Amino acid sequence: MIEEIIVSGRMNPEIDPYLHVWGWEIPFYLFIGGLVAGILFFSALYTIRGKENEYPSAVKIAPMFTPILLGLGLSALLLDLSHKLYFWQLYTNIRWESPMSWGAWTLMIIYPLTIVWSALWVKDVFPKWNWRYQWLEETIETIRQYKRQMAWILMVLSIILGMYTGILLSAFNARPFWNTAILGPLFLTSGLSAGAALIMLLSKTTKEKHLFARIDLMLIGTELFLIIHLFMGLLAGTQVHIEAAKLFLGGEFTNSFWIFVVFGGLIFPATLEILELRKIKIPHYISAILVLFGSLALRFIVVDAGQASRWLY
Amino acid sequence: MRYAMAIDTKKCVGCSDCVVACQVENNVPIGHCRDWVIEATSGTYPDLSMEFRTERCNHCTDAPCVRCCPTEASHIVDGGIVLVDANECIGCKACIESCPYDARYIHPEGHVDKCTFCIHRVEKGENPACVSVCPTKCMYFGDTDDPNSEISQLLRKRKWKTLIPEAGTKPNIYYLT
Ligand code: SF4
Ligand code: SF4
Repeated sequence: MIEEIIVSGRMNPEIDPYLHVWGWEIPFYLFIGGLVAGILFFSALYTIRGKENEYPSAVKIAPMFTPILLGLGLSALLLDLSHKLYFWQLYTNIRWESPMSWGAWTLMIIYPLTIVWSALWVKDVFPKWNWRYQWLEETIETIRQYKRQMAWILMVLSIILGMYTGILLSAFNARPFWNTAILGPLFLTSGLSAGAALIMLLSKTTKEKHLFARIDLMLIGTELFLIIHLFMGLLAGTQVHIEAAKLFLGGEFTNSFWIFVVFGGLIFPATLEILELRKIKIPHYISAILVLFGSLALRFIVVDAGQASRWLY
Repeated sequence: MRYAMAIDTKKCVGCSDCVVACQVENNVPIGHCRDWVIEATSGTYPDLSMEFRTERCNHCTDAPCVRCCPTEASHIVDGGIVLVDANECIGCKACIESCPYDARYIHPEGHVDKCTFCIHRVEKGENPACVSVCPTKCMYFGDTDDPNSEISQLLRKRKWKTLIPEAGTKPNIYYLT
């Protein structure tokens, strides 16, 4: 049977003919969320393992960026709101059923923590740093004694944050491409990998660079595995899920996804990292930048593709 | 109390009077609409059949738009009518993403807007504007919890379908086929 549907008279902007209410702001916000999650995770992990001085870029330097990055991410979120003056309503309600709500709250808790966390390390990074006020200096010194406990909290929060960037999308049953439980772990892994890439960019010692190249390789492997599962799951699903998968298997997102995300953002940088670990001289920043770019592209393509996939009736 | 609408696809001629009535009654901004008409053709030439139907928010019993709203701007009132409170809406558009029927839109003032079942008329005992204006009288509005209401009787007598029931939203607009 052939069915053709003509919708007459509905031309709501950004809804028809293709849903596009979320533009660049949401994928950018999700990318930043994942990147911050990755940085905090590794900083906390190596603090807990007592390796502050062995891996200074991971533990001390990279977290310096987190308050700025989160500020950028939250600004993007604010820019996306179409009724901006009412944004404070986000923080007069807690709604556990709404990923938007608990995401906003998670960020609200993490934001001040990133400021405190980078304050703990600021003197190691900038030796001439002066806190000006005695009480401030003392407070920070006191918190420093509990840095391992704080690291545990940050590690848990960073995983929640990383997962949330995927769950925000996968909670939408109405958009078949998003409606898969794989998005949470996939975005978490991609966020961790972006974090590892940024640390590689910052680090000055070969030991640290190589450690994070190895970690990144593992994460890239996991990501490839999750991507294969994503498509296997969709293809084993209902007609609308199969249609959603087809957007990437011949459809409009085929080139951008396989070229920019899978090859340019995963397979190619992974190859460079393997060669580098085999002592072939390749500037490490090439693979790091490719990974970051691939992670950003993944968010953009997934957000667009979700909005392009729909129930048929 | 569960307000619902039944639309007789055998009577609808696709004239779009309901669309215009809604725009006038609810002061819907130009270029936007809360209800619309669909023309579905099925079959293979020359054996074709055609269905007209007027669509709008389904005032779903399990409304994903209400579940995902971070501020409670999207909420359900007595009678199961799903509403948006413009003063609580931040315009995050999560509800638009969550609606499988694309029944919501962004009002030029920034908040989200959609069909209200003309609650201001229903509270006075009147029918929604679209129902009262339909020239073929193909739409029925009423309480499906009341077994004696016209709509309940119709739904017992006639064959009907809802749109995308597999999305699990439990829609409250019924199409008599
Ligand atoms: S049709 Fe869409 S907007 Fe209306 S209640 Fe259902 S999910 Fe919400
Ligand atoms: S756009 Fe408004 S009504 Fe929709 S989910 Fe966001 S706050 Fe709620």
